[in-house]
Amino acid sequence: MGEISLKLNGELETRDVADNTLLVDFIREHVGLTGTHVGCDTSQCGACVIHLDGVSVKACTILAKQAVGADITTIEGLADGDELHPMQEAFHENHGLQCGFCTPGMVMSAVEMVNKNKDISEDEIREGLEGNICRCTGYHNIVQSVKAGAAKMGGKN
Amino acid sequence: MNEVTKIDGIGSSVRRTEDKKFLTGKGKYTDDINRPGQVQAYFLRSDVAHAKIKKIDVKDAQSAPGVVGVFTGDDIAADKVGGPICGWVVPCRDGSATKEPPHPLLAQGKVRFVGDAIAVVLAETAEQAKSGAELIEVDYEELSPVVDFENAGEGAQIHDEVPNNCYFDWELGDEKATADALSSAKKIVKLRVRNNRLVPNAMEPRCALAEFDNLDDSYTLHTTSQNPHLTRLVLAAFMFAIPESKLRVIAPDVGGGFGSKIYVYIEEAVCVWASKKVGRPVKWTADRTQAFLTDCHGRDHVNDVQLGLDENNKIVGLRVDTVCNLGAYLSAFSVVVPTYLHGTLLSGQYDIPAIYTNVKGMATNTVNVDAYRGAGRPEATYLLERTMETAAREVGMDPAEFRRINFIPKGAFPYQTQVALQYDIGDYEPHLDKAMEMIDYSNFEKRRAEAAKRGMYRGIGISSYIEACGLAPSAVVGALGGRVGQWESASVRVNPTGTISVFTGSHSHGQGHATTFAQIVADKLGIPMENVEVVHGDTDKTPFGMGSYGSRSLASGGSAISKAVDKIINKSKKIAAHLLEASEDDIDFKDGKFVVGGTDKEKAFGEIALAAYVPHNYPLETLEPGLEENAFYDPTNFVYPSGTHIAEVEVDPATGVVQVVDWAACDDFGNLVNPMIVEGQVHGGIAQGIGQALLEDAHYDENGQLLTASYMDYCMPRADDLPSFKVGYTTTPSTVNDLGVKGCGEAGAIASPPALINAVIDALSPLGVTDMSMPATPQKVWKAIQDSQSVAAE
Ligand code: FES
Ligand code: FES
Repeated sequence: MGEISLKLNGELETRDVADNTLLVDFIREHVGLTGTHVGCDTSQCGACVIHLDGVSVKACTILAKQAVGADITTIEGLADGDELHPMQEAFHENHGLQCGFCTPGMVMSAVEMVNKNKDISEDEIREGLEGNICRCTGYHNIVQSVKAGAAKMGGKN
Repeated sequence: MNEVTKIDGIGSSVRRTEDKKFLTGKGKYTDDINRPGQVQAYFLRSDVAHAKIKKIDVKDAQSAPGVVGVFTGDDIAADKVGGPICGWVVPCRDGSATKEPPHPLLAQGKVRFVGDAIAVVLAETAEQAKSGAELIEVDYEELSPVVDFENAGEGAQIHDEVPNNCYFDWELGDEKATADALSSAKKIVKLRVRNNRLVPNAMEPRCALAEFDNLDDSYTLHTTSQNPHLTRLVLAAFMFAIPESKLRVIAPDVGGGFGSKIYVYIEEAVCVWASKKVGRPVKWTADRTQAFLTDCHGRDHVNDVQLGLDENNKIVGLRVDTVCNLGAYLSAFSVVVPTYLHGTLLSGQYDIPAIYTNVKGMATNTVNVDAYRGAGRPEATYLLERTMETAAREVGMDPAEFRRINFIPKGAFPYQTQVALQYDIGDYEPHLDKAMEMIDYSNFEKRRAEAAKRGMYRGIGISSYIEACGLAPSAVVGALGGRVGQWESASVRVNPTGTISVFTGSHSHGQGHATTFAQIVADKLGIPMENVEVVHGDTDKTPFGMGSYGSRSLASGGSAISKAVDKIINKSKKIAAHLLEASEDDIDFKDGKFVVGGTDKEKAFGEIALAAYVPHNYPLETLEPGLEENAFYDPTNFVYPSGTHIAEVEVDPATGVVQVVDWAACDDFGNLVNPMIVEGQVHGGIAQGIGQALLEDAHYDENGQLLTASYMDYCMPRADDLPSFKVGYTTTPSTVNDLGVKGCGEAGAIASPPALINAVIDALSPLGVTDMSMPATPQKVWKAIQDSQSVAAE
């Protein structure tokens, strides 16, 4: 056990947790933010993607301990109050979600991809989402959503 | 029905009202819910496929840190708790019934597949429960595992009640007429196809949270279910023998189902039972490995097909002999899927004068096989559309034209097939034509030649499918061995201010019912959609309903809502007549207003609602106050969506990789309520079908170990495996329901696998390749290319 502090969606969160606690469990179980999901046990599905110091990370692949002092954003922290992030809006407008289970991870991955490359192409989007599995949408509308989100975020494609 | 031009009415692509919570992380899935004092459950599972249990020693586990309770099959048996039941059985050819062996919640004396639950450990944390389970000692006497279902009859007997490991041997159609037709045929096309075994893989793993309230002796179960009322019925009536009122089942947000969350699984039942035993809420969440091992799998058929043609290449007869793998125990719908949901679809879109089919359902030491998106209909479509393609090639006809001359003609509806179904309506040439246009079929050879210059093999493949959905006319279901009704329910409550609450027996786990159902109500009542809320998924709130599967939500659940709204309108007219001092017959309802015909006297819908709840000026002597109506809708027939999908692929001979380069889907779903949502359903279905055809395969080794039990080994379709899809529609409104709707949830998964495999074979046809099994992995395709070249060199 040991005390861990990190910044989660702007708030400092301190919890006493076992050394082997995964970051995703810290977020879901200890802090109680359940928007970040767990869809697999082999770091393949991407349902758990969060931003750690601005970089998208699968929260099931790192220990909470490794994130001490980090600045973390989860899906709950993406919107600006009641105003959705442009990428969230784009998913809504383009029907980029069905059951919603993969959605938090998809959106977090998409935001980081576009932050890095505003003029992202369709092929780059498909390649970039390789680590996020969706069983519902067939990806067609997710790709459209990311394209539209990129345009809203200032991209030219 | 009102004009389709209204922005939020029927036919408009309204953005989904449920999106915001999911996009902001506020969805509430079962695993997101916790109860004070809850314990975590961990199931110790068999790691051998087939064995007698000689001894289970739980002593060390009981005293492990944090452990609150350890239970085995003996404890379940002592409390006389029943196991899961089979919801539909069929008669066998020899007159005997389907063999239904018991399925204990925790193994009693024997384990029958890797993953079969032996004991449950409850502890303060999930980790402690798991560590505790590791201390349980199980002594096995191993038996020889039965994995190869085609030869399961010769294997060790898995259940005492199931001789030769054959649950049933069923037939449909006229064997003699079909034999005669085939013997008089000018040509018989023979084909053996395999429908590969799949794992549904909803992204949300199964989860259950059960709580016992000893004040009133009742249970609450949160669970990942597509049909909470059915779950309650099975648990209460068949497993625990308690009144339904003592069990509340809530299926909150559910992260996809695809069939796999229809059934009551043993874990849910054990959590319910254990919550009383230990007097604390019990939670269990599957990890992905357990999902692979214990969620019901899908498909797993082998079909031998004989198709007879006359001198004009018209079909004269079809015989299909099928063996299918049902796994270790019968699941709720595992018997009906390969029989009445499969055999009855063998006529496809074609006019076939004689059909006979025989299906043997086999027991093996693998997890249960049951419905997966399409459920029986993809298997029927696959064997038929693969055979149609093969036949066209063998007789030297264009596959599109060969289909066209065999289509049931437009004028022949209602059309009685030789396999029990009567198609009410359809028109097949338009969707074939449109799909061909969408993919530019006529210029395909140019594209093939261009690809060849780049060293690539390009191919095109067609699939024209039909499905029977909107389950189902209850009397038919009963006559065919079903043990449930298949109607759907709705309750529509008009609140005093004129807003509406709709309570539906359907369940949404991604389909967008909150939006689609609200559109129907808004359209019919002429009110804004924001005034309509849709409530589902809680047995305490919604009327008894059958849930969502088999593309039934709109055709059955939507029709129930429509009927309840009709009753609201009828009652409202009576109230309006009173208020307007007119005769009821003179009242017209239009655009949300009740108008006395030919006058400007009118009352808005909201005024009627208020009058119903504040009945100061109201015909109380003849009419009850309030405005709330229920409807139970039992369809008179199935609905029959149909369509044509065309796939275009390129095969790289150096690697064997198949790239899907284009896809045209043209479907006839009848009237569309929300085209955007329909299109999303089509996309998702196609992706699952492409997954089946190219990537996915659940593989057990000869010892019954599932080799593909993670996303490292089971290849899920990812964004870069798939193209964007072209989606189009033709429309013949269903005559079965007032909305004229059919159902779209499974179509993509039904249509797509044969289109894709036909395209791969077409691509490789210059090399002489005539067959390809699913999944067409790079290795398999590469090998087919190598083999064809070595044949050519000989
Ligand atoms: S839960 Fe993290 S990748 Fe699947
Ligand atoms: S929306 Fe259901 S898994 Fe992606």
